[in-house]
Amino acid sequence: MSSYLIKQARILGGEPTDLLVDGGVITGVGQGLAADGAEIVGAEGLVALPGLVDLHTHLREPGREDAETVETGTRAAALGGFTAVHAMANTDPVADTAGVVEQVWRLGREAGHCDVFPVGAVTVGLAGERLAELGAMADSAARVRVFSDDGKCVSDAVLMRRALEYVKAFDGVIAQHAQEPRLTEDAQMNEGELSGRLGLRGWPAVAEEAIIARDCLLAAHVGSRLHVCHVSTAGSVEIVRWAKSKGWNVTAEACPHHLLLTDELAATYDPLYKVNPPLRSAADVEALRAGLADGTIDIVATDHAPHPLEDKDCEWQTAAFGMLGLETALSIVQQTMVDPGLLDWAGVAERMSYAPARIGRVEDHGRPVAEGEPANFVLYDPAFSRVVDASELASLSRNTPYAGRELPGRVVATFLRGRATVLDGKLT
Amino acid sequence: MNRHLLSTGDLTRDDAELILETAEELRSLADRPIKKLPALRGRTVVNLFFEDSTRTRISFEAAAKRLSADVINFAAKGSSLSKGESLKDTALTLEAMGADAVVIRHWASGAPHLLANSGWVRSSVVNAGDGTHEHPTQALLDAFTMWRHLGNLDGRRIAIVGDVLHSRVARSNALLLRTLGAEVTLVAPPTLLPVGVESWDAETSYDLDSVLPKSDAVMMLRVQRERMNAAFFPTQREYSRRYGLDARRMAMLQDHTLVMHPGPMIRGMEITADVADSDRSVIVEQVTNGVAVRMAVLYLLLSGNESETGRTTDAGPTEATTDTDGAQS
Repeated sequence: MSSYLIKQARILGGEPTDLLVDGGVITGVGQGLAADGAEIVGAEGLVALPGLVDLHTHLREPGREDAETVETGTRAAALGGFTAVHAMANTDPVADTAGVVEQVWRLGREAGHCDVFPVGAVTVGLAGERLAELGAMADSAARVRVFSDDGKCVSDAVLMRRALEYVKAFDGVIAQHAQEPRLTEDAQMNEGELSGRLGLRGWPAVAEEAIIARDCLLAAHVGSRLHVCHVSTAGSVEIVRWAKSKGWNVTAEACPHHLLLTDELAATYDPLYKVNPPLRSAADVEALRAGLADGTIDIVATDHAPHPLEDKDCEWQTAAFGMLGLETALSIVQQTMVDPGLLDWAGVAERMSYAPARIGRVEDHGRPVAEGEPANFVLYDPAFSRVVDASELASLSRNTPYAGRELPGRVVATFLRGRATVLDGKLT
Repeated sequence: MNRHLLSTGDLTRDDAELILETAEELRSLADRPIKKLPALRGRTVVNLFFEDSTRTRISFEAAAKRLSADVINFAAKGSSLSKGESLKDTALTLEAMGADAVVIRHWASGAPHLLANSGWVRSSVVNAGDGTHEHPTQALLDAFTMWRHLGNLDGRRIAIVGDVLHSRVARSNALLLRTLGAEVTLVAPPTLLPVGVESWDAETSYDLDSVLPKSDAVMMLRVQRERMNAAFFPTQREYSRRYGLDARRMAMLQDHTLVMHPGPMIRGMEITADVADSDRSVIVEQVTNGVAVRMAVLYLLLSGNESETGRTTDAGPTEATTDTDGAQS
C-alpha cells in the first residue's frame, strides 16, 4: 500500500501541519515530516476533514441501474468527500432480506470508491404491513444497523413501536421518513400560499411534524433509538428540540437542499425542484440552519436521489421526487453554514462525519484526523469557486438543482483507508 | 402582450382591455351571414388536448376556423394514472409539423408553462386549462361577458362561489378581475378554499347569503359530487343548501346582477334549473362570447403583432368600425 506525505493541511481549519499516511493509518501529524518514497501531496490552504459519512444515499442498485449504480454512486460520493455512504433500501428488489443487503454491501466493496453500508427495510417490500427480518440483516455480512422504509413512512403506530423495540436487540436504529400518508395523498409541493396559486397539491408541514411527534413519544416509551430523516420544517426542528430536552434518544438529519432552496422554485414548474419532503419556506430554511448550528439537527445527509432524464423532463405532477446531492453537499454546507459563521470546520466534521458514523454504528469512519487513526479524510479547498455543470457529474443521472449555480469550495482529495480515491479533484 | 397566454396574471390591464376590445370587434362577425375572416390564413393552430373537454375544444376550433387558420385536433392519450406518450415527444411532433399556435388542455398544473419554456416548440402556447391551476380564456370570456353587460368593471363586485380549491376558473378570474379593477369575493366552505387564500387579492366569505345582495355578478363554479367522498362537505344536499344558487337566493340579487357559470353545470347541485334558465342568467351568452374571445387571443398572438405594447396600429381585425357603446347594453 502506498504512503502519502500531505504538506501543510489545516486540520479542521487549524494551523497548517503535515500528515503522514502509511498502511491505511495516519502515522504522523506535525511540522516538517519526511518519509522516503511517500507520494507528496501539497495541501497549502486546504482544510483537512474526516472522511464524510452519508446516512442517506440512494444508489438505486439493484433494479434501477438506469439511474445509478453502486459503482457510479460511490464515484460521486468519493468526489464529494465521502468515505462511507448508507444505501437506502428502496431498491428493486427491496433490501429487506440478508441476501439483498449482502449483495449491495459486496458491490460496494468491489467498487472500492467508498464504503457502502446498506440500510435494511423496516417492513417487507416497504409495504408497511409486517416487519422484515431485521435480525437476519443485522447478523449478515453487511452488519445492518440502520433500518428505514425511506420513500415511505412507517405510518402504522403499532408497527413503528414494534420496530423500535425489536432493533434494541442489536443496537439498531429506525430512520423514519416522516410523512403522514393520508395528509399527503398526491402531494406535489409545500402546502402554502404558492401551492394554492400554482394549483399543485399541497404537502403540509403538519404531515411531517405529526409523525415526528408521535415517533419521539414512541421511542421514549419503549426506550429505543429514533432517527428522523430529512427534517424540513421549522415545526419539526421544534419537536426534535423538545424531545432532546427530555433526554430521549432521538437524532435528526437535514439535507443540503433544504438548507439552501425554497418552495418559490416550484413556480418554474421545473421538476428538478421536486423533492420529498418538498422545498419549504425561507422561514423553514432559517430554522433548519439554526437547528443544525445548535445541534438540534445532528447531521447533514444528502438524500442523493438519482433519476433518469425522462423522469424529470416532463410535467411536474408526473415527475419523480428527488435530486442529486453527493457531489455538492459539502459546498452547500460551506455556503449555508460555514461562510455565514453558523458552523466552524469542527462543526462540519461533527455534522457530516462523527455524528452520522455514531448513529449508523460505523466503526473506522467518523474518526478524528489524528495520529493512529484510520486514514479516512478529505482535503477541501474552501477558497475555490465553481459553477455546477450537470454534465460533469460522476453520477449516472443529471438531476441536480444546482446546475449553473455558483458554489464555493472543491474536494481536492479523498483518502479511504490510506488510499486516495480522489486526487487533484479527480477520481484516481 | 407576451407571446404566450399561460396565466391571466401575466396580462397587464392594457393587454386585457385590448383582448376585450378586439373580441368586441370580432363578436360582430357572429351576426353576419359569412362568419369568416382571412386574418390567419395559412397559419396552423393545434388543439392539443390531454384531457377531454369537448366544449373548450370546439370553441377554440370555431375561433381558429373563423379566422381562416388551419386547425389540427390532437387528442393525446395518457392521464395522470396511465402514462402515454410524453408531453415532450408530443411537442416535438407538433413542432416538426409546423404549428404556429398550440392550444393545450392538460390535467397537470403547469404543463402549458413547461411547453412554453422547454424549448421544445417555437409556437405560441395558449393555456386552455391546466390541472387546478388556470384557465385564462375562460376568465377572459367571463370578463368580456360582464364588461358587455356592466360596462367598466372598476369597483364592480364579483362573487365566485363554490369549489375554489380545485378550480382553475376561479384562479384565472380572481387575477384578471383584479387587474380590471373589480372587487372579488370568493365564497366557499372553508374546506374548498386553498391554504393561503388570504394572500390572494380577494375577499373570502363562508356565507353566501351575506354576499349576494351586494354583488354585481355571481359566478357559480362546478362542484363535483365526488368531493364529498374526500370529506370536503358532508352531502350534496348540505352543499346545495349552504352554497347552491336557488330561486330564494336569486331573489336577493340586485336587478342588474348577472348569474354566470363556466359550465358544464350540475343542475340541482350548485345551481337550480330555474336559476340557470332565468333571464338574468348569461350562461349561454358566455359560450358565444367564448368564441369571440378566443378569436381575439389567437389573432393577437399570431397576426404578426410585434410591437412591444401589443397594440395594433391599424384598424383591427375587421373592417367594420367598432361601436362599443352600442354593444355594452
